Amino acid sequence: MTTSTLKTSDETPAKSAYWAGCRDGLPFILMAAPFATVFGVIATDAGLTLAQAMGFSVLVIAGAAQFAAIQMMLENASIALVLLAALAVNLRMVMYSAALVPYLGAASLWQRAFVAYLNFDQTYIVSVARYEKRPDMTVADRVAYFFGVATPIVPFWVSMTLVGALAGSAVPEAWALDFIMPIMFLAMVAPMLKSIAHVAAAAVSIVVALSLVDLPSGTGLLIAAGAAMLTGACVEIWMERRAR
Amino acid sequence: MNYSAAEIWLIIAIIGVGTFLIRFSFLGLIGDRPLPSFVLRLLRFTPVAVLPGMVAPLVLWPTATEGVTDPLRLLAALATVAVGVWTRNVLWAIVAGAVTLYAGLGLTALL
Repeated sequence: MTTSTLKTSDETPAKSAYWAGCRDGLPFILMAAPFATVFGVIATDAGLTLAQAMGFSVLVIAGAAQFAAIQMMLENASIALVLLAALAVNLRMVMYSAALVPYLGAASLWQRAFVAYLNFDQTYIVSVARYEKRPDMTVADRVAYFFGVATPIVPFWVSMTLVGALAGSAVPEAWALDFIMPIMFLAMVAPMLKSIAHVAAAAVSIVVALSLVDLPSGTGLLIAAGAAMLTGACVEIWMERRAR
Repeated sequence: MNYSAAEIWLIIAIIGVGTFLIRFSFLGLIGDRPLPSFVLRLLRFTPVAVLPGMVAPLVLWPTATEGVTDPLRLLAALATVAVGVWTRNVLWAIVAGAVTLYAGLGLTALL
């Protein structure tokens, strides 16, 4: 019949799963590009070199943690506290990792390692949604799809960091860059306030952090975060018991 | 910021490796063994536990105004949260906050 049908049937399923992933990852460029640009601007503005700003975006690929690290460094917190704050923000990814095991646990070690490197909010959320919708996908298809989702996002994440870092020193003070970072953090958190437990955790975090603001940089935040996590978990348990 | 170049690279490297290990944890090492449910519950709250506490002092006592509360920055923060909660969309929340901030800055410059 027509050559086009022949062509599509020739394509291995893994390949089409990869392209489906690319297509589904595409819209997230809209989010990754401005985030990465702002990170580049703020990192160089804070005093990082171009290479250091790029190092962050290539080695860490996690917006919130990168911003958290820069914020702590601006406050001249001790190195241990900078690390703690940035890694604490990323702890949620333990759950992403756990959630991928039933789908990708059978993939080869290097594939799993590469998936882990690229396991950020967008790739995780999009991929798991697809895996749930199509339980008959093979492991190879799932891996291909995951890499597909990351394909359009990661180059933009890295290249827009470069653009931001190059532009960084040229941005005048009148642009109030100091306040872009708080806005980014608030914008990331606000959509997560989806239950009373989350609101309670955020409220405790704010109140404790504000009241301990005179402690050495980062220490108050550490205590505030611990108290807030406990609050969130306890309120959630309480709500579940009440609903029963 | 007073860190040496070596210290900054150390920070970047450890956050990079640490983040990788967090992402690799179950997929690569722990496998299918379940974590205690209370630990999973705590982990779910890390972003909302860390970020608000980090931002609150910056919103109330901005560095740019040397710690004096700035009604404009406060308003921009409120707009960000309100739109973020309402739309559940990070981008719209950023737009709302940035537009409020820059419109306010523009107006104060004009007046």
